[in-house]
Amino acid sequence: MKIFVPGDSAAKALGADDVADALAREAKARGLDVQLVRNGTRGMVWLEPLVEVDTPEGRIGYGNVTPDQVPDLLDGKLNSLGRVEDIDWFARQTRLTFARCGVIDPLDLDDYAANGGLVGLRRALGMTGSQIVQEVTASGLRGRGGAGFPTGIKWKTVAEAEAPQKYIVCNADEGDSGTFADRMIIEGDPFSLIEGMAIAGLGVGATRGYVYLRSEYPDAIRILMQAVKIARQRGLLGPDVLGSGRAFDMEVRTGAGAYVCGEETSLLNSLEGKRGTVRAKPPLPALQGFLGQPTVVNNVISLATVPVIFEKGAQHYADFGLGRSRGTVTLQIAGNVKRGGLFETAFGMTLGEVVNDIGGGTATGRPVKAVQVGGPLGAYMPVSKFDTPMGYEEFDRQGGLIGHAGLVVFDDTADMLRMARFAMEFCAVESCGKCTPCRIGAVRGVETIDRIAQGDAAAIPLLTDLCETMKDGSLCALGGFTPFPVMSALTHFPDDFATLQEAAE
Amino acid sequence: MHSSAPAPSEEEIRGVVTPLASLEGPLLPMLHALQDTWGFVPQAAVPVLADILNLGRAEVHGVISFYHDFRRNPAGRHILKICRAEACQSMGANALAESTLQKLGIAWHGTTPNGAVTVEPVYCLGMCACAPAVMVDGKVVGRVDDARMDRILAEVGV
Ligand SMILES: Cc1cc2nc3c(=O)[nH]c(=O)nc-3n(C[C@H](O)[C@H](O)[C@H](O)COP(=O)(O)O)c2cc1C
Ligand code: SF4
Ligand code: FES
Ligand code: FES
Repeated sequence: MKIFVPGDSAAKALGADDVADALAREAKARGLDVQLVRNGTRGMVWLEPLVEVDTPEGRIGYGNVTPDQVPDLLDGKLNSLGRVEDIDWFARQTRLTFARCGVIDPLDLDDYAANGGLVGLRRALGMTGSQIVQEVTASGLRGRGGAGFPTGIKWKTVAEAEAPQKYIVCNADEGDSGTFADRMIIEGDPFSLIEGMAIAGLGVGATRGYVYLRSEYPDAIRILMQAVKIARQRGLLGPDVLGSGRAFDMEVRTGAGAYVCGEETSLLNSLEGKRGTVRAKPPLPALQGFLGQPTVVNNVISLATVPVIFEKGAQHYADFGLGRSRGTVTLQIAGNVKRGGLFETAFGMTLGEVVNDIGGGTATGRPVKAVQVGGPLGAYMPVSKFDTPMGYEEFDRQGGLIGHAGLVVFDDTADMLRMARFAMEFCAVESCGKCTPCRIGAVRGVETIDRIAQGDAAAIPLLTDLCETMKDGSLCALGGFTPFPVMSALTHFPDDFATLQEAAE
Repeated sequence: MHSSAPAPSEEEIRGVVTPLASLEGPLLPMLHALQDTWGFVPQAAVPVLADILNLGRAEVHGVISFYHDFRRNPAGRHILKICRAEACQSMGANALAESTLQKLGIAWHGTTPNGAVTVEPVYCLGMCACAPAVMVDGKVVGRVDDARMDRILAEVGV
């Protein structure tokens, strides 16, 4: 009997290890021959630990399993959710990037290859560099790290640069609250990232890659390091990638707790062993990146999506989506929400559908007040904007941003003044210190919001001015976009900023 | 976790960092190796790193102080990181952090008098769909309420 208990860290945070231990113990006591697989997660964090039993009818799921339910589970007495693939929340998705996540054993390269893995890389090995770049361009893939820059154009710049050494750097700093897609794919299907980086290397002529992975993710670091080692042993990485005579190898590096190091030039400085301050652009990292050499910097999801584009063809990918947002978006539904997790779907679903229909509304059962989309630099979207479709341009038009596609839901008890204050405080703590509007402005922002909280109505226009200054005078989006959460909170939830005097009137 | 051993010697420090010298951009891996070994980055490492990497001491110091991860003093036997970011706040992280710090009688970055635990803030652990979250010595716990926190504190010996 084959039983799956996710080894994903969110599943473990909800007790999956204890369930796995109990299963192993109980199976042994009963003399049962149980093969326990620690798969990744299917993304349904709300059902974790989600145990799956392999049967002739398919994989049968059991949600929120506790160790004391294990005997019943083995007796077949526990209520099941039926086939995992038929669970509505799962069945409604279009899983391209996450097709294997939660399905396979993350560190079993044969399992990977048996489920569509390496098909893309083999195809890329038969193509020229410019054909590879062209395929990515044709897929319409845009960077999933936040800025949504077309990946093909970035690759083309690096491909056309002449240099003795080029690099592929994967941005796995994932510092945005409300996001965990990078962590999940690394823990659940690490070979997809490795394969994507290898294809990128072939495309642009880079033989070396780095993954800059945040230190807050020890499980992901451990799994990716093991996967790299296995990939090297099996000839997927190294001087002779899959026997092609072409070289590509990579290393995993650990971040050190600085949010700003997710910004690509700060990341490169950090990778070089420097303070993680932001570099002025130009020069673009594509031309002068890591150690001054042409460098592709891409987010984990961007790179992990590359294999499926090559497996199924650029057109297949581009056929999904809305407007200029092609393919799928890996939504991360988080915060005060009933059914949170990773939901991959074509761009185009509305914000309201995601929060209410998929997410099931708040966990507390109270009305939704606001949803912060796109991390700590993203706007707080009020319920009145719930008809906004998930798409880069569509969100931009509503004063928001999709960013890394994390959604944090808040119920009506949220104090939006406090959230605005937090945005400023976070910017002050995480500022790299290079520009005054960010470094000093964020500190002033906290003080100004405190004045508003104490009833000083005159401080409201000051806050608005300060946000303008930060927007205009900051080198990167940390200082430049912190005004989004602050101003959206102020604009859409003025009652939370109503001064004491006004309240008394 | 880490015992409060006497200050490491230059030789011990060299032993930890020298194997990493051939990496491209070796400083962060070296700092992590030092902290993994001693639980903090010893002051005595600054001149050693400056020497090996041909950097000024001020530069090395500047790098260490830039990153939130690197401690310059020993921490408690256990590290409890409480997430303060938005998704956890939406599920009551502020109250959880306040009550925990109050129970322990310490502030952020503080260590309990018995040396059992140091409490640090963290901004997101990737557990945003099972918030609020904390991390104890590298192990994450989700949907933490007061009862779960009390169990965690008991486990680390508070
Ligand atoms: C303050 C700040 C933090 C960022 N954090 C991340 C991050 O954690 N992960 C990421 O992929 N991109 C992050 N970015 C965006 C990167 O600068 C860059 O656009 C991205 O890595 C490019 O990859 P992509 O084109 O595949 O998205 C951040 C940007 C800023 C300004
Ligand atoms: S905006 Fe802030 S984080 Fe960005 S470069 Fe300027 S000081 Fe650094
Ligand atoms: S360390 Fe320089 S601004 Fe925070
Ligand atoms: S915000 Fe706390 S785990 Fe992400």
